Amino acid sequence: MKSSIIVFPGSNCDRDISIALEKFKITTQMVWHNETKLPKSDLVVLPGGFSYGDYLRTGCIASKSMIIKEVVNHSKKGGLILGICNGFQILIETGLLPGVLLRNKKLRFLSKNVNLKVINVENQFCVNYKKKNIIELPIAHNEGNYFADQKTLNHLEDKNLIAFKYCDKNGKIDRDYNPNGSSNNIAGILNENKNILGMMPHPERLIDPILSGEDGSMLFESLNKSV
Amino acid sequence: MKISATVTLKKDVLDPQGKVVNQTLKNMGYKNIISVRQGKFFEIEINETNKDKAKKMVEEISKKLLANLVIEDYSINIEK
Amino acid sequence: MKISKEIIEKHGIKNDEYEKIIKLIGRTPNLLELGIFSAMWNEHCSYKSSKKYLKTLPTKNKNVIQGPGENAGVIDIEDNDAIVFKIESHNHPSYIEPYQGAATGVGGILRDVFTMGARPIATLNSIHFGNQDHFKTKNLLNGVVSGIGGYGNCMGIPTVGGEVKFDHSYNENILVNAMAVGLVKKDKIFYSKARGINQPVIYVGSKTGRDGIHGASMASAEFDENAEEKKPTVQVGDPFTEKLLLEACLELMKDDSVIAIQDMGAAGLTSSSVEMASKGNLGIEINLNQVPCREKKMTPYEMMLSESQERMLIILNSKKIDDAKKIFNKWELDFAVIGKTTNTKNLVLNFNNKEVANLPLSSLSIDAPVYDRKWKKNIIHKKKISTKDFKQIKIVDALNIILKTPNNSEKSWVWEQYDQTVMGDTILKPGEDSAVIKIHKKEKAIALTVDSSSQYCKADPLTGGKQVVSEAWRNLISVGSNPIAITNCLNFGNPEKEEIMGQFVECIDGITQACNYLDFPVVSGNVSFYNETNNKAISPTPTIGGVGLIKNLKKIMTKKIKEIGSSIFVIGKTNGHLYQSEFYKEVMGIKGGPPPEVNLFNEKNNGLFIKNLISENLVLSVHDISAGGILLAITEMCISGNIGAKIKVPKNYTNLHSYLFGEDQSRYLIEINEKNVGEVKKISEKFNIFYEILGKTCKDSLILDNEFNINVNNLKKLNSYWFKNYFEESSV
Repeated sequence: MKSSIIVFPGSNCDRDISIALEKFKITTQMVWHNETKLPKSDLVVLPGGFSYGDYLRTGCIASKSMIIKEVVNHSKKGGLILGICNGFQILIETGLLPGVLLRNKKLRFLSKNVNLKVINVENQFCVNYKKKNIIELPIAHNEGNYFADQKTLNHLEDKNLIAFKYCDKNGKIDRDYNPNGSSNNIAGILNENKNILGMMPHPERLIDPILSGEDGSMLFESLNKSV
Repeated sequence: MKISATVTLKKDVLDPQGKVVNQTLKNMGYKNIISVRQGKFFEIEINETNKDKAKKMVEEISKKLLANLVIEDYSINIEK
Repeated sequence: MKISKEIIEKHGIKNDEYEKIIKLIGRTPNLLELGIFSAMWNEHCSYKSSKKYLKTLPTKNKNVIQGPGENAGVIDIEDNDAIVFKIESHNHPSYIEPYQGAATGVGGILRDVFTMGARPIATLNSIHFGNQDHFKTKNLLNGVVSGIGGYGNCMGIPTVGGEVKFDHSYNENILVNAMAVGLVKKDKIFYSKARGINQPVIYVGSKTGRDGIHGASMASAEFDENAEEKKPTVQVGDPFTEKLLLEACLELMKDDSVIAIQDMGAAGLTSSSVEMASKGNLGIEINLNQVPCREKKMTPYEMMLSESQERMLIILNSKKIDDAKKIFNKWELDFAVIGKTTNTKNLVLNFNNKEVANLPLSSLSIDAPVYDRKWKKNIIHKKKISTKDFKQIKIVDALNIILKTPNNSEKSWVWEQYDQTVMGDTILKPGEDSAVIKIHKKEKAIALTVDSSSQYCKADPLTGGKQVVSEAWRNLISVGSNPIAITNCLNFGNPEKEEIMGQFVECIDGITQACNYLDFPVVSGNVSFYNETNNKAISPTPTIGGVGLIKNLKKIMTKKIKEIGSSIFVIGKTNGHLYQSEFYKEVMGIKGGPPPEVNLFNEKNNGLFIKNLISENLVLSVHDISAGGILLAITEMCISGNIGAKIKVPKNYTNLHSYLFGEDQSRYLIEINEKNVGEVKKISEKFNIFYEILGKTCKDSLILDNEFNINVNNLKKLNSYWFKNYFEESSV
């Protein structure tokens, strides 16, 4: 499987995601934001970080980059797109995913490990979570509070387009275990065709037992399997 | 009565956000833009009919809370 | 413009210093030149009050590649890898504007590290605030923590350790000390010494504005009631631009384009140009018309003294100008050739085709004043307390009180605002005795800690200095590392006062003794004087940042209790020293008395014993004993592992309180699986180690017979009470 990682000025997690993808035999290429052509890729990744310092609105300025047109075309052709954290914010600003990511409820940056329930395992990103669908991944963000109008939320729930929800260690989905106030405890969503995944947690940070955990590995194993 | 307060960074202070918005607009093709400064806008509705009293109150809250006087300025407008 | 007495005073230059300037340059300086002297000769840049004593610190061991004198210190961690690190203060600006002051403090220290070619891989910080009840504390705490997070998170560098302390002595003078650590190849380290004549001098980064004019002077001035008026000297940080600058610089440093490089920090273009040229024994000529300016009509004075952030000065290989320009254009940063190196040994500034300043570099550097300030020895007040007084205090009540104090609370409210795992190499996060970061793509790691003990230093600066270095050393040992070197940030009051200068001299003496004995030298750091308001000085606060090496990733140790039924040993002798302890301060309200003594022989011996046990896989968990004594240490181990312990005070101790809360130094608690107890006892005999059996781990509760039986969950609640309550928050 071939992947392109889009690097914006201020992206921070490009190296981390590249390491995770390569570990699971997905080749990677870094693509600078003002390129006009995407190399041949099965997967496009929008990594985490603070593109453009999160100035004006997070993900907003990156969504106006030259390369985004190509990323949109890639998705129209059915190509896979993975947006992590700032990448999720950029997907939303681009309009490839619905809703908005607001400031965390407590108005503070929050970096900690959280429990997640994998709600939809029938997509190319999450298929390997069938064997373990209550996982722990780190979050690190200031604007992870997913919000959409009731109509959109109902649609996401009904069409099974929610990939991850925040929960307790037993999988119980509860406001008490929602770290940022996001609607319906949403931590990650898919588009209609399930070829685009946007998620706030960082799977690329949990792929090594010494660094205390491998719950991120299953996402990359799923991707590798899917080609 | 509605009074608005606009809070902006002081003239000599670096505005990182304004700088990036300016550059992005240029990249989007708006070559005539000279500079952009970013600020905050507060619309305050007060239960008060006396214009002067209302203005004085908003001055006070701008100084005490809305603006960080170390690096920000504020201006006040009476809305209709 | 005539230089009046008032102007000289406003520039922070004393009369005799002004006379010295005239002597050195053979005439009176013009206003621009006066401004340059004021920047280079103030305490922050010249170290005039501290230099004499800083020279006595040990700065070498077999792992030190670069000691003090460069942008940061460098140590060898084998296999062509080196670690670049430094700690620095940003105290005064943080008091005035906590978010931006703390943010720009982080920005400044990061530049000191990447200017040497090292990619920053971690930051830590030591922050000190006034009493919890002081009206400014809450806002300052909030602002500083947000500022540190706001800058470090945006840069994508994990913040992995630190300390947060509260004491009334910081009521009007908070401390923000930021430490940065970077990784570099040994054969690719860049220095600031200029080389070659007629080499281009390049300015890169953000444009220059009117920020912080005279910030370096402000750092050396005490606050009075008019502190608010010093406002315009606070700069706004732009971490996005700094991230671009970091990537651009590291890209430039891939080949030999860079001859010398330094960041523009305190005193901006002035200090960087003067220092780079002086070190190389050259001259430097700058055409100020070429300096990229953010504001219109900036004067030479403003350009030279501006402290606009996110800028670097580079002496570049003249053949590489075009290639270098391409890199900075890609990252959308300013790039300007503003001057050249010369052989005149002078600083020459030109503006609008006129020479506007011409000063011998030596007058700004090696000939700057060095003072031998008068100092007086600290008097240790002995005290006699009757032990009858505490028979009334129940041990459990005392523990309860201590757990709920801000200094001893767990601090996740703070460090969850910092991204601890970006870059994917964090092994131990905040909350352990030291942070541990894996070296990228290698099978080794470094341990990092930052510590201070202002209370002990106030009571006895000499012992306090020894103690704080020993505590950093102990913290590195506890996670299984081999301690290598330290960086120090020396925060004190006004050195022109004899008792303050005495605190400084004696702390340095204590630090020197410990560093020498433990082979733990100082490779970098800074001094922050004048932390006083209305004549009230902070307690002397030397902050120590320590780095250790872990060569086997399987031998990293934590304090969390791992098993039920294991033995807990106390390593090191307990005499029950209670003066200056948390128990006396928080529970009994007793001030005064000497701090606990530091026996460096025991410190080293006990530490090496612990290292041996860890490398032989004979221990399950290790925690050093510090503030709060044995009882707080075992409580923290239980909370961390969610496992209890049944403990008892050894028979020969009649005073429970002094055994459990005494803060004797050089001690550790260790958890040993039953099957290894025999072997541990054997090795302790070999090392001649004093140990005692504290008890055994058990399910659910911390138990002391006839005293208390508390569920570990309740201990956890007590320990996380303070921050939640202070900021009125519910859980999660």
